[in-house]
Amino acid sequence: MAETHKPPEQFTLRLRRYNPESGDAPYWDEHTIELEPHRSVLEGILQARDRFDGSIGIRCSCRQAICGSCGIRVNGEPSLACHTHLDAAKRGARDGVIEIEPMGNMPVLKDLIVDMDAVHWKKIRRVTPWLLAKQPVPEREYIVEKEAMVDVTQTMACIQCGACVSDCLAMEVDPGFIGPAALAKAYRFVGDPRDAERHERLEDLSQDPQGIYDCTHCFKCVEACPKDVNPMGQIMRLRRIAGEDEEIVDANNGHRHEQAFTSLIRDYGLNHEAELLSRSYGGDSWFGKFHPAAAKELLSSLPIVIRGVLKGKMNPKIAILGHKIGKDDLNSVKRIYQTVESRPERYELNLYISGEDEDNEPAATAAGTEGSPQA
Amino acid sequence: MSMKVAYWPGCVSRGFTPELHGSMAKVAPLLDIELVELSRANCCGAGVIAEHNQELADTLNARTFALAQQVDGAELMMNICSTCQGAQSECQERLDASAEYRSHINDTLAPEGLSYEKDPARPLTNKNFLWLLVEEIGLDNLRGLVKRPLTNLKVGPFYGCYIVRPRKRLGIDSEHPREHYLHQLIQALGGTVIDYAGMRKCCGFPIITMNKQASLKQAGTHLADAQDAEADCLVTPCPLCHLNLDLQQPMAAKAVGRELDMPVLHLPQLVGLALGLDPKELGLGRHMVRPTSVIDWSTAIVGAAA
Repeated sequence: MAETHKPPEQFTLRLRRYNPESGDAPYWDEHTIELEPHRSVLEGILQARDRFDGSIGIRCSCRQAICGSCGIRVNGEPSLACHTHLDAAKRGARDGVIEIEPMGNMPVLKDLIVDMDAVHWKKIRRVTPWLLAKQPVPEREYIVEKEAMVDVTQTMACIQCGACVSDCLAMEVDPGFIGPAALAKAYRFVGDPRDAERHERLEDLSQDPQGIYDCTHCFKCVEACPKDVNPMGQIMRLRRIAGEDEEIVDANNGHRHEQAFTSLIRDYGLNHEAELLSRSYGGDSWFGKFHPAAAKELLSSLPIVIRGVLKGKMNPKIAILGHKIGKDDLNSVKRIYQTVESRPERYELNLYISGEDEDNEPAATAAGTEGSPQA
Repeated sequence: MSMKVAYWPGCVSRGFTPELHGSMAKVAPLLDIELVELSRANCCGAGVIAEHNQELADTLNARTFALAQQVDGAELMMNICSTCQGAQSECQERLDASAEYRSHINDTLAPEGLSYEKDPARPLTNKNFLWLLVEEIGLDNLRGLVKRPLTNLKVGPFYGCYIVRPRKRLGIDSEHPREHYLHQLIQALGGTVIDYAGMRKCCGFPIITMNKQASLKQAGTHLADAQDAEADCLVTPCPLCHLNLDLQQPMAAKAVGRELDMPVLHLPQLVGLALGLDPKELGLGRHMVRPTSVIDWSTAIVGAAA
């Protein structure tokens, strides 16, 4: 994609340096390197190490985005150093200087090298990342549907670079969160028809307060992943299978929240925040709010609600009774629910697998991609 | 030149944050935007219905898109909620990717005579008010409309998640640097931008019922960061972020062990102030955290002008 014949140019790298053994605080270090603009940030760092300072710490191996060793942050965004062009990195820099830091959410061992064992690998081990084979194990191979295996290929594309872990916003405030990489790995086995313990795996990941329902839906991992694994999408699939197929009601209000939300939209057409809150804690019916768990929660948020109503923030009528769309429209929404929910199997389009129609122009697919309306 | 849009206000802007819908209605005529409200449309599902059943979420949003396409003379669809933007963009991406899938979804809509069409000559473009301001109205035009520049007002942009990620789906590229639009807008209105660590992070709202402590810690951390950077107020294009940052602020303060007093404005409120509207008219008195700094600032300006 980049032109290969451009002459070498100068690029300035601002490197975050830190050696915990020295007792000194982290500091920034700048080096100007010279390379063709299509070369990688990794090559830039290695040139700085060779020419100016042999003590710069960076981990790398394959240099072609397959080993997952050189995860770093470039201009604040998680990336593979070998998978980021110098010219692109310079364009994304605040002040023309390419800013290079170690990944986040993991302790720094030295400079750009983080402790993957302490965080990433520990979390991967947490999800039992191997097949628990259905018995009896056949003498030769298992025979499975092709589609079933294609379904898990997206998670198998993970190269364990830790970029998604680095920027996970749930992990930032709750370090015990199992996290995007490990949960994507969990889907690899939950979705595998040869695995014997799908239910047990999901029960475990649902009931854990730092499991699938601890994800905040921030899309950071989706954006960070250099291999399009879509970890957050896999977490949502885990929730879907846990709640809908395995009927697991977790202790974290996760499934209840989803049920309450879904049926409130069926009954009102619009969200009814007050009901949603009480049903998420107490259960998916009008009586949910009288459940002890809901009562406790509502009592603790009562001062806020009272202040809100007094300030005119919430209209007490809407707060209590909610708002609805018109009767005909509500009927149409209900009919949509009925049609879709009565299908024998859920219909799920995964663009990673199906791809887009060939006549689709890539730029025209996303909502609002086109800058201005067409004449 | 008036611009007509199919307007989707969302649920929260008419429920727990009515001042958002209200301020949008006040600001639109000043910008010459004609709002045709999609009053028949349903909730976008906020990603939660998709978590339950993807096809259901896609069908419900296809219904909204179909209603938007029926609005005569509307140049595009506009929303005032980042979460709606994110959830609807995700569904539209799937609907637009495959003619076969689109027709399957349209079969479900058919009994009411609705259908979502992907017409290359007239694609359905769904834009948050922020994108519309920058890309359709234009910052230069907006500058010309400012009656009360936000001089000396230090505003921290709070983008949240749904309107900045994933970049490709949301059409963010070098020609549409939408992840910087709040910055550009605050400057165009004459204000000072305050950068702080959490401006593109999660407000915590999606896990408020699942992990309250973590949720409040997220909100509290960003508010405290903005406070340390000496922002007078924050501005957000998302009413759900507003709930966690403003309504829950007293509890967020407890969660991070800090005293917090950070007013949070909805996007149309900030625009309205610069266009000369009265803070009260814009519903600024309805927030949990009284926007004293903002109101003092506006009365000082009005006082100086008089």
